[in-house]
Amino acid sequence: MKNCEYQQIDPQALPTPTPTPPPHHGNDSDKKEEPKRPRRKWEVFPGKNRFYCEGRIIVARQSGVLPLTLGLILVTSGLFFIFDCPFLVKHLTSCIPVIGGVLFVFVVITLLQTSFTDPGILPRATPDEAADIEKQIDNTGNTSYRPPPRTKEVLINQQVVKLKYCFTCKMFRPPRTSHCSLCDNCVERFDHHCPWVGNCVGKRNYRFFYTFIVSLSFLTAFIFGCVTTHLALRAQGGKGLVFALQESPGSAVELVICFFSVWSILGLSGFHTYLVASNLTTNEDIKGSWSGKSGEDVTNPYSHKNIFINCCSVLCGPMPPSLIDRRGFLPTDDSAQTGGTDIEVPTLATKSEINVCTQGTKGLLESATLPPLLSTSCPQGKPQTAHTCPDSSPAVNSDPSPELSMGCGARHAASSQGDASPSRHTKACSKKSKRAALHIPNTAFDIPVSPTSPDAASFAPLH
Amino acid sequence: FFVQTHSLQDLQQPAVSSKVFIQRDYSSGTICKFQTKFPSELESRLDKQQFEETIQTLNNLYAEAEKLGGKSYLEGCLACLTAYTIFLCMETHYEKVLKKIARYIKDQNEKIYAPRGLLLTDPIERGLRVVEITIFEDRSIGSGR
Repeated sequence: MKNCEYQQIDPQALPTPTPTPPPHHGNDSDKKEEPKRPRRKWEVFPGKNRFYCEGRIIVARQSGVLPLTLGLILVTSGLFFIFDCPFLVKHLTSCIPVIGGVLFVFVVITLLQTSFTDPGILPRATPDEAADIEKQIDNTGNTSYRPPPRTKEVLINQQVVKLKYCFTCKMFRPPRTSHCSLCDNCVERFDHHCPWVGNCVGKRNYRFFYTFIVSLSFLTAFIFGCVTTHLALRAQGGKGLVFALQESPGSAVELVICFFSVWSILGLSGFHTYLVASNLTTNEDIKGSWSGKSGEDVTNPYSHKNIFINCCSVLCGPMPPSLIDRRGFLPTDDSAQTGGTDIEVPTLATKSEINVCTQGTKGLLESATLPPLLSTSCPQGKPQTAHTCPDSSPAVNSDPSPELSMGCGARHAASSQGDASPSRHTKACSKKSKRAALHIPNTAFDIPVSPTSPDAASFAPLH
Repeated sequence: FFVQTHSLQDLQQPAVSSKVFIQRDYSSGTICKFQTKFPSELESRLDKQQFEETIQTLNNLYAEAEKLGGKSYLEGCLACLTAYTIFLCMETHYEKVLKKIARYIKDQNEKIYAPRGLLLTDPIERGLRVVEITIFEDRSIGSGR
C-alpha cells in the first residue's frame, strides 16, 4: 500500500496546534481558507476550449471561420428574401419565402448546435487512474523521458483493433476516439475538426453537423434555383441578362456565392451520407482503417451491416450525455500538489496523435490549414492554465499542467466550502460532506458519489 | 490532545488504502460495458459473485441507455424534425437511465460496499472510463464487519 508521503494525513493525526482544525487537511499549504466562490469545472477545463454562458456553450479556442460561415449564410439568405422573394411571390407562388424561411431556420439552428455542443470530449484521467494504468504498463523511471508509444489490442466483433495511449489525457483511447490537437482533447467517435463550424465533429454533434450540411445543400440549391428563375423571368422578352442583373444586383451576389458553394456542399453531403450509411468516420475513411489496405481481411467492426440500421444508429440513436460536466462545481482544493507530480509530463506539448483531418481530397471545404480567423479575447474562462487554481502550490503552478489543475480541482475536497460533489446528479452542499468526512463512522458512506469524496481525497495517496 | 484529534483518532476517518479501477470492455464495440473480471485486491473484502452481479447490472443498465430500438428512433426522429431543439427542454432517455444508475450505485454502496469498507464511484464521474472502487483501510475500531 502506498502511503501519502506528504503531510496530508498529519494534520488529522497529529495535534497540530491550530485552534480551529481546518476542515480540510491541507492547512500547511499556503492559502487560508476563506470561503471563495465555488468554481465550476469549465473554469479549469484543461483543453483548448472556450466557454460562454457560464459553461453552457462550448467552442474550440480558434473559432476558425465560423463567423464567415454564419455571415455568408445570413447575407445570402438576406439578399434572397429582399431581392428575389418579392418578385417570385408576385410571379410564382408565395410558398417560396416559406420554404426558404424554414430551410434558413434549420440551417442556422443546426449550425449553432454543431458549433456550441460538446462533440464528445473525454475528460482526462484522474491522477489515480493514470498511475494505475502506468503501473499496469510496468514502466519505471518514466519521469524524465517519454516512453515509447503504447498500444493495446482488443478484439471487437472478431476484428483486431489497436487502442493507443494518449499522453496528454493519460489513458488508453477508446476505439474510434482521437485526440484533436487544435482543441487538445480526446473526442469520441472523432470525425474531423471543422474550421467552418469552429469545433470538432464527434459523437455528440455529428447528427447536428449532418443535418446542417444537408439542409445547407437544400438551401443553397433552392436559392440558386430561385435566383436563376428570377433572373430568367426578368430577362424575358428580349431584355437580356445584363438588364435583369442591373435591376436586381443582389441576385448577382447570390448567384456567385451559391454557384461556388452548391457543388462543394452537395459533394460534402454526399460524402457524409456515404459515411453514415457505412458507419464510418472521416478519420477512419481517410486513414483507410477498414479498407483492407494492409492486405488483411478487415471489415468495419462497428457497422451493423445494414444501411438502414447504420443510418438510424448514427442519426437517430440515443443522445449520449456530455462527459465533461462543465457546470458541475469544483471542490475547492488546497494542497493540490504532488498527487500529480510523478505522472505529470513536464511539457504538455507532446501530442502523438493525428487529429485534424483534412478532408482535402473529398470535402473540398474542410481544410485545417485555413488560418484561424481572429481570436478575439475570450470573454470568459481561459480554462487552460493552472492559475485558476490558486490554491495549488506555486511550484506546480508555473507549468500549465492541466491534469494537475484538474487534479487539484477535483481531488482535494478539503475545504469547507467547495462543493464536494461535482457530480451532475447531486450538487449537494460541501459543508455537509465536510463534516461527514470528519465524523464519518465507517458505514456512513453516503457522501454524494463524487470523484473526490472528501474523505477519500483527503488522504488520497498517490498510487 | 485536542478534542478533535482525539475524536478523530477514535472515529478515525478511514484512510484510503488503494483504489481499484475496473476498465472498459470493448469486445462488443464502443458501447459502454465494464470488465467483469474480479480484481485480486478485492478478494479479501468482497465475494466474487457480488462483484460480478454489480458490474453485470451496471452493464445492463448502460446497454438499456444505449439501446437502439423503436423508442430511441422515435426520439431521434422527433428531435431531427424540430432541429434538435427539443434536447434543450427534454431530458433524454439516456439521462433518465443515468439517474437510475446513480440510484443503483448509491444503493449498492449503502448495502454492500460501505459495510465492507469499499466505495463505488459512479463511472459517469470518470467520463465512463472506469468504475473506481476505493478501498479503505480497515483500522476502525468497532465498525464494519
